[in-house]
Order: sequence, then C-alpha cells, then structure tokens
Amino acid sequence: MSVQYKVVRCNINGKDVERVVDVRASLTDMLRNDYHLTSVKKGCEVGECGACNVLIDGECFNSCIYLAVWAEGKHIRTLESLLGPDGELSDIQQAFVDEAAIQCGFCTPGFIMTAVEILEAGKLYSDDELRKLLSGHLCRCTGYENILRAVKKTMYRRLGKEIDF
Amino acid sequence: MYDMKALYEALSVEEAIALRLAHPEAQIIAGGSDVLVQMREGKRAGKELISIYRIDALRGVTIDEEENIRIGSLTSFSHITKDPIIQRYCNVLGEAVDQVGSPQIRNIGTIGGNTCNGVTSADSASTLHAWEAIVELAGKNGVRRLPIHDFYIKAGTVDIRAEEGEIQTAILIPKASYENCYGHYIKYGLRNAMEIATLGCSVNVRLSPDKSTIERCRIAYGVAGPVPMRVPTAEAVANGAKPTEALLEAFGNAVIEDINPRDSWRASKAFRQHIAVEMAKRALRESIIKAGGELA
Ligand SMILES: Cc1cc2nc3c(=O)[nH]c(=O)nc-3n(C[C@H](O)[C@H](O)[C@H](O)COP(=O)(O)OP(=O)(O)OC[C@H]3O[C@@H](n4cnc5c(N)ncnc54)[C@H](O)[C@@H]3O)c2cc1C
Ligand code: FES
Ligand code: FES
Repeated sequence: MSVQYKVVRCNINGKDVERVVDVRASLTDMLRNDYHLTSVKKGCEVGECGACNVLIDGECFNSCIYLAVWAEGKHIRTLESLLGPDGELSDIQQAFVDEAAIQCGFCTPGFIMTAVEILEAGKLYSDDELRKLLSGHLCRCTGYENILRAVKKTMYRRLGKEIDF
Repeated sequence: MYDMKALYEALSVEEAIALRLAHPEAQIIAGGSDVLVQMREGKRAGKELISIYRIDALRGVTIDEEENIRIGSLTSFSHITKDPIIQRYCNVLGEAVDQVGSPQIRNIGTIGGNTCNGVTSADSASTLHAWEAIVELAGKNGVRRLPIHDFYIKAGTVDIRAEEGEIQTAILIPKASYENCYGHYIKYGLRNAMEIATLGCSVNVRLSPDKSTIERCRIAYGVAGPVPMRVPTAEAVANGAKPTEALLEAFGNAVIEDINPRDSWRASKAFRQHIAVEMAKRALRESIIKAGGELA
C-alpha cells in the first residue's frame, strides 16, 4: 500500500504540538518516535502490562492499543510532565524511590501515571480500592506491596492525613 | 506500527455508513481493544479499518422520550459505571462492566465493541440479556432495533448487515425492563483483574410492593454456551414465588436444565455446571436483598 499520513494536533505535557503521523502508528509509536518521550515503554503491546500507560484528558489509557490519530485535540500527559524545572522528582516519584517500589524501572512510568490519576481524584481510597485501581500494571521485580505503599503514603500526605500503618 | 492496509475515519454516523458502503471489506474499529490486539496477533493483519472512535455523538447515557435507558455504543465501561442514570436504574450493569480487564481497558473498551464482537464471555452480555436490552443499528435503510437475544446469531457472529452499511449506535433498556428491578452479577475468573470470565451470571428481580413475592425474575449466563443465554426453566421456578432459602436451592438446581457449557482449558464442563448452580443461588440472594426483600 502507499503509506497514509495525517496531521495530528494535540497538547502534550502542556504544549500544543502538531505532527504528520503515519496512520498505522500507535500513540506509543508517536510519543516515543516523534516526541522522544521514552518514559512510554513498549512492553506487551497488546494492552495487558500497562508499561505504555499515559493520561489522556485525565484518564489512563494504554497507548499501545490507542491509534495515534485519535490523539487529535486531546490533552496527553506522560511521566516527563512530572519533572520539576531542574529535573527534581515529584512527590510520587520520590515515594517510589523511598519505598523501593522501583527496581528495573520498566513498569514504573506506567504505574506512576496511574498513581497520578488516583492522587488527582483527591479521594482517600481503601487498600482494596487501590489494589483494583493499580491492577492494570504488571511488575516483574517488586512484588507490588512496595508500589501500593508508595501510592498510599503519597495519597495520605497529599490529603494531609496521618498514615495509619 | 500496526499492519493495516488503510484507515478511514468517520466523525458522524452518516459518514460511517457511507464509508462502510464504499469499503465493504473494511472492519469497524471502536475502542480497538479487540481489533488492535487481533491485528497485532496477525489475525487481521493487512486489513482496512473504519474508525468510528471519534463519533462523539455515540457517547453517553440518557433517558429517551420513551423512557428507555439509552447507552450510546461508544460509551466506555468506566463511564457506564460512573453514570448516575445507570447507578440509579441498572446498577448491576455498571458493576458488571467494572469487572472488565483493568482500569485502562475500562477506559478504552466500549459497550458497542463488547456486544458486536459476539463473544459469550463479554462481561456486559449476560446482564444485557437478563435486562432484555434492545440493540439499535443504523444503516443506509435507516434505523433498525432488535432484541439482544436475536442480535447474537452464533459464537462471534451478530446481526449487523455490513452490506447495508450498518453500525451499532445504541443499546436501549426499556422502562418495563428496568423499573423497580434490582440485580447482581457474578464473574467467576481465575484471578480478579485481567481475566476473561470462566462463567458469568447475571440475575435480577422485581418484587411485589410488599416485598413478599418475586413478581419477575430473570437470569442469564455468559460462557454457559456459544452465545450468552437466558435460563427460562429457572426463571419459571422463581416467578411468583416467595423469597425463601428453599427457593434458592430449587432455582439453582433448575439452571442445569438449560445451560450447555463446554470443556475448555480454563475449566471443565462439569466444573462450570457446578459453579453455575452456586452462582445462580448467590446472585438471586443478592438481588432479593438489593430489592429490599428478605429471605425466609
Ligand atoms: C487486556 C485486555 C483485557 C480484556 N478483558 C476483558 C474482560 O475482562 N471482559 C470483557 O468482556 N472483555 C475484555 N476485553 C475485550 C475488550 O476490551 C472488550 O470486548 C471491549 O468491549 C471491546 O470494545 P472496543 O470498543 O475496544 O471494541 P473494538 O476492538 O473496537 O471492536 C470489537 C468488535 O466489534 C465491532 N464493533 C465495535 N463497535 C461497533 C459498532 N458500534 N458497530 C458495529 N461494529 C462494531 C468491531 O468491528 C470488532 O469486530 C479485554 C481486552 C484486552 C485487550
Ligand atoms: S505495552 Fe501497552 S499495555 Fe503492555
Ligand atoms: S520494577 Fe521491574 S518490572 Fe516493575
């Protein structure tokens, strides 16, 4: 076939951007190859592991099974948006480090973007609710408990509450 | 990169119908959580796709002028679960689709895709059968509505006439079906998240005003046969009966008459039959309690 292209305009990490994109591209392809946002990982590429997870208009999506052309008009956020002006880590990233919730790091950007959605809801979730909200990510290293703890601690801190464990 | 031949994008239902007629070989893609995975696996590699994902008019839940609950075909699972109309009138549907895959899958997966794929394990399917949902399709000859039972033809095949340019536009739940109805869905899977149902069971009841009698009971299963199915023998046992522990037993045992599960790597036929009985009892118990009844 002749390659088919389309202009895609969207807002990525707070910046309005525009690119000509191959219609066969996934959003992962576009974010990594056109915008060099390499926090977006290619894991399974079939929607199962969450390594490619990004926020689109405030909700989490696995970008590997999201066509790049669907990004038209959308607000997309990746892990890169969390860094401070001098490259400082955000509270949730620091909590992952402190809790040893990160080992090889491959699953981490995806997990953290889900954590961002959880934290921005401004709610106090139970452990069971947090487990369910985090269940779209696979981690081969940490055994999940430290990840749960990192998210839970940050949730309590942001809500100004005492941690009850 | 996906191995697709071409991508056509519709921004309205009319455009989708026109594109379907112009490209009869092309496949519809909504959220793509089935289609793109199959394409990646090579099953649909090299095909043309018609994307309907950006037809925003097909999103959202409303009550229409006939008082049907109207769920646009592109409404995602998470938006169904969060919707106040669903929570008020058909909570069990929101609870059922909240058991699909993972949060990310529930944000991309649509109820239209979940029914159009014709799969027996689809988490919305048994509840839609148990609530006698109506499927709405639009094509070159206008709008066509049919009961969900008739929409499913056989495993993987539903009544969508591609040659007429049809796409599914909505799922409707009529007032007579949801009014004063309370239901419960149980998904039996090998793990809680990211798992296709070994068996799914959806029950709902309408009790008499004094809550002493089950006026109407409906039950449907997914994975108890090649397509989702109702279980009339069990329904007949419960209709008009008093909500008692003895009824739960009789109801559960009656499901065996109608269901026809098979052996698969996930579970044997015997195991599915065994859990089908238990799930029917538990789902009926929960439905009665949700409806404000008590078990004698
Ligand atoms: C990791 C993962 C986990 C999953 N877990 C579950 C689960 O637990 N339970 C479950 O039920 N499903 C599960 N699924 C399957 C899938 O998410 C659902 O079936 C979903 O509802 C499909 O919707 P979609 O919009 O993504 O469909 P698509 O992939 O876009 O389409 C599915 C089919 O329907 C057709 N179609 C879609 N919309 C229309 C329309 N409006 N008119 C005509 N034809 C249409 C398409 O042509 C295609 O044949 C899972 C998928 C993945 C990737
Ligand atoms: S790479 Fe997207 S979910 Fe695994
Ligand atoms: S830290 Fe290695 S996969 Fe999660």
